[in-house]
Amino acid sequence: MPSTLKNGLQLLALVAAIATVMILPKVMEMFDLMQLTLFASMGVLALSLGFIWGFGGILCFGQTAFFGLGAYAYAITAINTGDSTSAIGLAILVPALFSAALGYFVFYGRISDVYLGVITLTVTLILFNLVNSTAGDEYTIGTARLGGFNGIPSVPTFNMPFDPSTILDIDQAWYVTAGALILVYVLLRIILASPFGRVVVAVKENEVRASLLGYDPRLIKLCAFVIGGAVAGLGGALYVNWGAFVGPTIFSLSLSAEIIIWITVGGLGTLLGPVIGCFIIQYIVAQIGSQQAFNSNLVLGAILIAFVLLLPQGLVPTFSNLLTKAGRFVGDRSRRSAAEPTRLDASPVGAE
Amino acid sequence: MELAVILALDVVSGAASLLLLCLGLAIIFGMMRIINLAHGEFVMLGAYATVISTNAGVNIWFAMLVISPVFVGLVGLVIERCLIQFLYGRLVDTMLATWGLSLLIIGIVTTIFGNTINGVPTPLGGFAIGAYRSSYYTLFLALMALVVMALIYVVMRYTRFGLIARATMQNPQMAAALGIAPARVYMATFAIGAGLTGLAGGLLAPISGIVPTMGSAYVAKAFISVVGGGAAILSGTASAAGLFGTINQLGAYFTTPVYGEVILFLSAILLIRLLPTGISGRFYKGSL
Repeated sequence: MPSTLKNGLQLLALVAAIATVMILPKVMEMFDLMQLTLFASMGVLALSLGFIWGFGGILCFGQTAFFGLGAYAYAITAINTGDSTSAIGLAILVPALFSAALGYFVFYGRISDVYLGVITLTVTLILFNLVNSTAGDEYTIGTARLGGFNGIPSVPTFNMPFDPSTILDIDQAWYVTAGALILVYVLLRIILASPFGRVVVAVKENEVRASLLGYDPRLIKLCAFVIGGAVAGLGGALYVNWGAFVGPTIFSLSLSAEIIIWITVGGLGTLLGPVIGCFIIQYIVAQIGSQQAFNSNLVLGAILIAFVLLLPQGLVPTFSNLLTKAGRFVGDRSRRSAAEPTRLDASPVGAE
Repeated sequence: MELAVILALDVVSGAASLLLLCLGLAIIFGMMRIINLAHGEFVMLGAYATVISTNAGVNIWFAMLVISPVFVGLVGLVIERCLIQFLYGRLVDTMLATWGLSLLIIGIVTTIFGNTINGVPTPLGGFAIGAYRSSYYTLFLALMALVVMALIYVVMRYTRFGLIARATMQNPQMAAALGIAPARVYMATFAIGAGLTGLAGGLLAPISGIVPTMGSAYVAKAFISVVGGGAAILSGTASAAGLFGTINQLGAYFTTPVYGEVILFLSAILLIRLLPTGISGRFYKGSL
């Protein structure tokens, strides 16, 4: 597909997405809209791991660590200041700093991918245990009580920037959350199209070759990891804004597992896939949660195993491969030229 | 003095239970290079097997030492045939699939038994050292850790099966060329690893909370110890389990159990940063 056509299609999809976001509050029930707001905040989390895993090759099993840190940073700041503007900033900054510190240890220790998964997993567990044990009154930051396993209730939700008296209503919260999702998507696309993004993918494809070309894989990976941490933190702030509550279960293994499942189902190596996977799986989980016959873990586990064994590429790459094949078939028929060159100029950054 | 003895007993039991937890994983992950994130669920299944058979009237020792390992070993056999055998060599996929497996097992156990189940009492009773009390069971755990380790050593070092298993793990093609069926060796080794993990679950059942999600408390600890131990499955794992168990218990004693775990994980991350190939990569190179 010529790149101008591809860019045009992407722009068209973007406009369509923005239009959908604008129209939805007019046509949807409030409950459904709130569900979608929740899914959109989770979608930001999905994008963060979709970026570092799919394009950076960094399999982080504990992406919830950054998500949860962002959520807690937002909650604590918002309670202390009453203004959500600086809280959102801190929700991005704190996980970014934390991921920088963790990433330094991991990447500069040249710890291989597999161990990285184990280490990030343990970090999430540590945070879970730590936050869980902060139930006493002595664990307060400013005026915010951490509350241990009870979490922090009645967190101030988003207000107009620098104007704490104007709280966003449900429609506006949807605009902010869905808008953030689209914004993050576009930003990550831009990053991936930039020289830095190309190097990130190059390091993922072949670390030795990239370092022979003069790039420092450790630094590149660290930067990608920090971007992922910051995005996940933003997702955490959006998540708290949805429920006005944050508890230690945000660090739980089951959520970490779900992110992995979103991406495996949606498609690794794409940005659209994780978001689609997230919406599908979260919808299924919500549906299972409303009945008692079987446990949601059972279904999630079965889905994950089935995808790893049967459709390891995930939905989006599978569909786009089918579409490309169909398109090539049609193109061949119309032009009658069998010798279509293989797409040497195709971007290595995955199907769209 | 009495306090020191009690503290030493604590450290011994901490290291012993960590070692028991790790040995099965050391075989499955350390030898076979399969990242089994369902390890914690194997422990959980072992504990459930002991609890359920004890509550059904089976002698607790028989339940712990025979039923649990055999049951979980069989489960491991089935899992290897149905899932793992398609994933050899695909490290990341084993990680994803076994995570799915772990959720699946948690889901099944929750669906069948609900979220809670009656535990079993700790057998053997206790003894007093001055003003402090301890239980004979901790000593038994330490003894079992030594016995299992010796067993693995003897099997791997001196039996024909151990030789074949080690050869197959090192070079499956060469082993196949010499007339060994690698698929069967993999199957048996995985089942043995699972069975050892089940044994650990059974032995830990009397001293831990029995819930379907209990596995997640163990899986990270076990992995970090095996990773910290490095390539040598016995000497590496034993030294890492001894080190981390000691750090964990001392940390827990001087602060709180939660901070004890934090200290354990932080020191483990530090260790891996300093010794990327693990303890055995540096000190026990080439040993079993």
